[in-house]
Amino acid sequence: MAPTTVAQPYRFAKGGRIDRTRPVHFLFNGRTIAGFAGDSVASALLANGVHLVGRSFKYHRPRGILSHGVDEPNALLDVSRGPGRRDPNNRATMVEATDGLVTRSQNHWPSLKRDIWAVNDLLAPIIVAGFYYKTFKWPRTFWHRLYEPAIRAAAGLGLAPTEDDPDRYVHRHAHCDVLVIGSGPAGLAAALAASGSGKRVIVADEQAELGGTLLHDASSTIDGESAEAWLAGALAMLRAQRNVTLLPRTTAFGYYNHNHIAMVERLVDHPAPGSTALPRERLWQVRAKQVVLATGAHERPLAFADNDRPGIMMAESIRVFLNRYAVAPGRRIVFATSGASAYQAAADAKAAGLDVTMVDTRPEAGCGVQSARLRALGIEVLTGHTVLGSVGRMKVRGLIVAPRDATDRIGSRRTIACDAVGLSGGWTPAVHLFSQSRGKPVYRDDIDAFVPGTSVQAERSAGAAKGTYDLAAALAEGWRAGAEAAGLDGTRSFAVSPPTRTGFTPARKLPTDVDASRVRAFIDFQNDVAAKDVELAVREGFESVEHVKRYTTTGMATDQGKTSNMAALGLVSDALGRPVPQVGTTTFRPPYTPVSFGAIVGQARDALFDPIRTTPLHDWAVAQGAVFEPVGLWRRARFFPKRGEDMHAAVARECRAVRSAVGIFDASTLGKIEVVGPDAAEFMNRIYTNAWAKLEPGRCRYGLMLKEDGFIFDDGVVARLARDRFHVTTTTGGAARVLAHMEDYLQTEWSNLQVYLTSVTEQWSVIAVQGPRARAVIAPLVSGMDLSQEAFPHMAVRIGKICGVPTRLFRVAFTGELGYEVNVSADHARAVWEAVYESGRTFGITPYGTEAMHVLRAERGFIVVGQDTDGTVTPEDAGLAAMIAKTKPDFVGKRSLMRPDMVAADRKQLVGLATQVPQLVLDEGAQIVADPRAPIPMKMLGHVTSSYWSTACGHSIALALVSGGCARLGQTLYATTPTGFAAVRVVEPVFFDRHGERVNGDFAHA
Amino acid sequence: MLLVNCPYCGARPEIEFRCGGEAHIARPVQPSALDDEAWAEHLYFRTNPKGTHAERWLHVHGCGRWFNALRDTVSDAFTASYTMGEQRPDAGKEGE
Amino acid sequence: MRETLGVAWRDLVLPAKVPDLEVPTSIAAMGACARFSLRLPSAQARAVDQAGGFALSGGVNSAITSGGSISARLGPDEWLLIGPEEQGDALSQAIEVDLDGRFFSLVDVSHRNAAIAVAGREARAVLNAGIALDLDDAAFPPGSATRTLLGKAEIVLIRPGAECVYWVECWRSFAAYVHGFLMEAAREFGPHR
Repeated sequence: MAPTTVAQPYRFAKGGRIDRTRPVHFLFNGRTIAGFAGDSVASALLANGVHLVGRSFKYHRPRGILSHGVDEPNALLDVSRGPGRRDPNNRATMVEATDGLVTRSQNHWPSLKRDIWAVNDLLAPIIVAGFYYKTFKWPRTFWHRLYEPAIRAAAGLGLAPTEDDPDRYVHRHAHCDVLVIGSGPAGLAAALAASGSGKRVIVADEQAELGGTLLHDASSTIDGESAEAWLAGALAMLRAQRNVTLLPRTTAFGYYNHNHIAMVERLVDHPAPGSTALPRERLWQVRAKQVVLATGAHERPLAFADNDRPGIMMAESIRVFLNRYAVAPGRRIVFATSGASAYQAAADAKAAGLDVTMVDTRPEAGCGVQSARLRALGIEVLTGHTVLGSVGRMKVRGLIVAPRDATDRIGSRRTIACDAVGLSGGWTPAVHLFSQSRGKPVYRDDIDAFVPGTSVQAERSAGAAKGTYDLAAALAEGWRAGAEAAGLDGTRSFAVSPPTRTGFTPARKLPTDVDASRVRAFIDFQNDVAAKDVELAVREGFESVEHVKRYTTTGMATDQGKTSNMAALGLVSDALGRPVPQVGTTTFRPPYTPVSFGAIVGQARDALFDPIRTTPLHDWAVAQGAVFEPVGLWRRARFFPKRGEDMHAAVARECRAVRSAVGIFDASTLGKIEVVGPDAAEFMNRIYTNAWAKLEPGRCRYGLMLKEDGFIFDDGVVARLARDRFHVTTTTGGAARVLAHMEDYLQTEWSNLQVYLTSVTEQWSVIAVQGPRARAVIAPLVSGMDLSQEAFPHMAVRIGKICGVPTRLFRVAFTGELGYEVNVSADHARAVWEAVYESGRTFGITPYGTEAMHVLRAERGFIVVGQDTDGTVTPEDAGLAAMIAKTKPDFVGKRSLMRPDMVAADRKQLVGLATQVPQLVLDEGAQIVADPRAPIPMKMLGHVTSSYWSTACGHSIALALVSGGCARLGQTLYATTPTGFAAVRVVEPVFFDRHGERVNGDFAHA
Repeated sequence: MLLVNCPYCGARPEIEFRCGGEAHIARPVQPSALDDEAWAEHLYFRTNPKGTHAERWLHVHGCGRWFNALRDTVSDAFTASYTMGEQRPDAGKEGE
Repeated sequence: MRETLGVAWRDLVLPAKVPDLEVPTSIAAMGACARFSLRLPSAQARAVDQAGGFALSGGVNSAITSGGSISARLGPDEWLLIGPEEQGDALSQAIEVDLDGRFFSLVDVSHRNAAIAVAGREARAVLNAGIALDLDDAAFPPGSATRTLLGKAEIVLIRPGAECVYWVECWRSFAAYVHGFLMEAAREFGPHR
C-alpha cells in the first residue's frame, strides 16, 4: 500500500473505516485540509502531513498530535462551526472532520511557526515548578495589576467565546437496568450478555463509532471472525433489540450518588443533514440499576529528553491512525517501548509498507518471542536500549538511542532517522468513573496500575478498565459483568487468535548519560511538567501527591493527566522511596472530559431560564404601558407612567389618586391558603401570635407569624369564612414558605389536629380598589352583599357575586384608605377588573403599581416583612407588641421572646426618620450613626429599611431599624448618603392619618 | 443526585425533596416550662454524627408528606424510611 | 378564548387545542375544567370508596378515570379531582353530601391550574427533558398520577389511559413556562401541531 492522493499524501489508497465517497474539507490555520467522512480532525491533519498543531502551555514548545482519543494533551484547537459557534480547547482527536469547520491552533503569537513566547523555552532553567509562586510574591500589590495579567497573556489555553451561542442544548432523564459505559470488547460483550435478559440496556461510548479498540484491530479473530466482522455482528444484534439503546458520541463524565450518571451526547457537531431542529448536545442524566464500566485504558508515554516533539506519538495511536483512518503518521517510524503492546503497532506499520524500527528498553530476555517475531518481519529490533533524546524542531527528525546494561550504564549513542515516533510506556486503566463512584482504586504491582477495588455502588468494571488487557479475557469478563448486572447466570468464553501480548516494565524516566537535572523529560505535556519538576517538588518538601499536583500543576487542565498521572505517582514514589500504593492517587472528580456550559444549562436559558410568573391581569397592565419589576419569580406592575412621566411623577400621581379619589391595584400575587377543619381556629392560635378563637365568621384580622426563634416570619390579613374555614393571606414572597411552615407543624408536631391546608394563591385573583370612592366604584357591580358601613365594616369579609361571578370580598386597607380587595376566580379576573375600571372612570380611577403601594403603606407605617424586617426582628422591635396574645399559653415563637437577648433595650427597633432637608429621600440600606465625626470605623446604630417621597406629607419619609430606637424619639442622628451624611430626626413610624380615620372613606360624609 | 425513598411514593429523585435536618426532636409540650438553656438546646443544638443519622425529609414536590429516614452521612446510603410518628427502626443502636 | 359567564367572561391562561395523536409529539393546552383539591384521611377514604362519583379507592400515585372525570391520588390523604367545567357546582355538592359527617377539606381549585396534554410516540422523550421520573410503562403505567417537577416548575403528571397521552397540570402562572419548555423539548421531533 502506498499513499496516493496528492491532497492527502499520507493517506492510504484503501483500508480504514473512513468513507472515501464522502470527502470533507475544513480549514486549519487558514489552510484547506482534505479528509473523508469518518476522519477526526487529527487524522485528517496527519493525512496531510500536519503534525505541528500547537504551542505548549508554559514554554511554548512546538507540539504535535500525541494520541487518538480523549487523553490528547497537545492538539487543542479553537474550532468554529460558523458565526457564534466557536469554542476553544477542542481535542483534534475527538472533533469529527466536517465540511466548513474552521480550526486554529492556540497559545502562540504571532503565528504557530513563529511564536515570540517561545523565548520561555530558553528561560526554562528558571521557569521551574513553583516559579510563579516564588518569583511574583513582591511587591504584593503588583500581583493583580501586573503579574497576573501578564502571566495569563503569555500562558494558557484558548480564548473563551464572547458571542451568544445560537445552538440549542437539551436535557434528558433516563432510567435503565444496565448502563454499559464503553463499547470496546468488554463493553460490547457486557451489552450482549445483558440484552438477553430483556431488561433495559443503554450503551454509551464517547467515540463517533461504537467498537473501541475493535475499530483498529486488524489482526485478531474472535470466534473465527475478523474483529471487524465480529464487531459488525455484535452491533447488528444489539440494534435489533428494542430494549437496547446505543449512544455513540456520548461521554459519561460524572458518576454520582445512587447510580446517577451524567453523560453528554454530541448531536450536530457531526454531519447530520436536515437536522436543524436537533440540539447540539444533550445532557443525559441516567439512573441505572447496575452499571458496567468498560472504559478501557490510556497508554503512557516514555519520559526522555525532548520527548515532546511533533511527530512523537503514542504507539497504539499510530496503530489507530493506520488501521482505522488509513493514515500513515510518518514513513519512517521508530517505536520506543517498555512493553509488549507496541509490537503489534510496529507489525501493523510494517504491514502498511512503512519503514519501522523497534527500540525496547527491556533486555532481550524480557521481550520473549515478540522481538523474534518482529525481526522475522524484517524489522530492526534494539532491545536493552534507552532513549536519550530526539532531534528536530517543528517535527521530529530522529531518535537518539543507546544500549543500556543492567546497571544503567549507557553505551554509545546512535541517532535513528525518522519522521514519526511511537511511544509505549505501558497502560493505565481508566478508573475515573469508578473513583467518582467513591470506590477506592487499588494498586496492582504486576501491571503497575491502580485498578478498581471494592465496589461502593451497584457497578462492576470489566476489560482494560480493570487491567484485563487480553482480548479473550476482556470479552469473557465483559460478558460475565453484563450477565451479572442483568441478574443472569452464565459465563461465556471467546476464542481469540492470536493471543494479545501484554505486559510491560514500568519506566518512570529513561536512563540517560547526561546530567539528569538538566534533562527535560516531559511527563505532562499539557502543563509542561517534566520529570525533574516532580522531583524538585519532592525535594522542596511536597510529599503528598495532592500537593505535588498543585505545586507542579501536573495532572491539571483539560486532560486531567490521563497520560501523566501514573508517571507522576511513580516519580514521587521513587523520590520518596515509598511504594506506589503508599503514595496513593490524586482524586478523580467529574467531569471525565470537559463539558460545555451549554450542555449543563440545557433548556434553561432566555425565556426558559426561570419561570416568569404573571397574573391574569398582566396583559392589561402591559397594554397600559406599565413598568414591571421582578418580585421573586413574579413580574408585578411597578407603576403606570403616562406620556412624559418619570417614575417619580407617575408614583406621585398614583398616590394622589388613591388618597383623593380611588385607585385600582393588582394584588393577585399575595399568597393565599385555605385552612379547613374542625380544629382550624386552634391551629391558627398556635401558628400566629394573636388570638383567633373569638374572631367571628365574616370578619378579618391582621395576623403575625413568628418562627420558633421568635423572629417575624410573615404577616397578612386572615378572613374567617366559617367556623371551620379560614382564608389566610401571606406576603407575595412568603406564600410557599408559609404553607411549608404550617404543614411542617401540622404534620410533625400536631398531627392530632383535624385541619387541612390548601394553597389557593392562584385560584383567587385579587383586585384592590382603594380610596375614598372605592365603595361607589364597586357598588353597582356587586350582588348579594350590603356594602353599608353597618353591614360591611372595615376588616370584614363577605361572600357574594361581582359581575355575576363568585367573589370573596374583603374590606381591608393596606393603603390606609377605605378599600376593598375583590377576590375572584382567576379566569374571571380580567373581566371583573375591566368592569371595575369602567365603573371607576367617573371617579378618576387610577391604576397604581407596587411603588405607589409601598409609599401609601409606609405613610401609614405598615411594615413589609422582608423589607422592614430581616429575620432578626421581633414583634416588639417592629412596634407590633400588641399583636402578641398575652393570654395564649403557647404559640410558635412565644418562648423565644422571653430569652434575655430578645428583650434587650439596645435591640434595633423600628422608627420613623424625618430628614432635616425635607426633599432628601434617603437610600434604603443607608447606615445610621450618632456622630458623623467619630473616627472610622464608627459605630453603626442601624439602617434605613424603607424610604420614599411622600406627596401626601410633602416631605420624604423613611422607616429604619435603629438600636434602642424607641428611646431615641426626637434625637438627631445621621444617615449615610452618597456624598456624606444627612441629619435625621427620629420620629414615630407613622407619617399620615396618625389615628387611622380614613379607612371609612366616604362613609364619613355619606 | 440521591435517590430518596418516600414511604408513600417509593424511590424518587432528590430534587423532589427537602431535607429538614435531624429527626426525633419533639417540640416541648410546654415550652414556657423550659429554662433559657433548655430552650436554646431545643432550638439550636443538633447532633452531627459520622455514620447513621435520622433525618426529617419532606416530599415537597411529590405527596407533600414529611417522613423520617436513616442516612449514612459518609456514604449517603439510606437504610430506612418511615412515617412520622413511627419509632426509629434502629432505636437503641444510635451512634453505631 | 372568551366565553360569557354572567357578566364576566372566562379568560383561560392558555388557549385550548385538541391533542393530535398522529404526529410524533402533540402539545395541546386543555380547555376549562372543574377541579377540586380533596383532603381526606386515608381511613375515611377506604370507608367511603367514592365521593361525588370520584373513585377514592386507588392507591397513592394512581389516577382513576370514569366518564369525563379523573380522580388523581397525589398523597395518602390528597386527591386532585378533575371534572367537566359545567358540572363544577353539582360535583362539589355531591362530594359534600357523600362525605357528610366526616372530616375532610374540599377546596375549589378550578382556576388555579392549567392543563396541557402531551401526546404522541415521543411524548415520554419530551417529558423526560424535564421530568426526572421513569415514565416507562412498568414504572408509570396507565392510571398513574403524581406531583413532580418539570424543569423548574412543579407539575402534576397524569397518565389517564393506555394511549401515549400525558396530562400535565400546573399552577396557572407557570403555564407559560411549562408550555414553552415542552414546545422547546419537542422541537427535535419535527413539526408538531
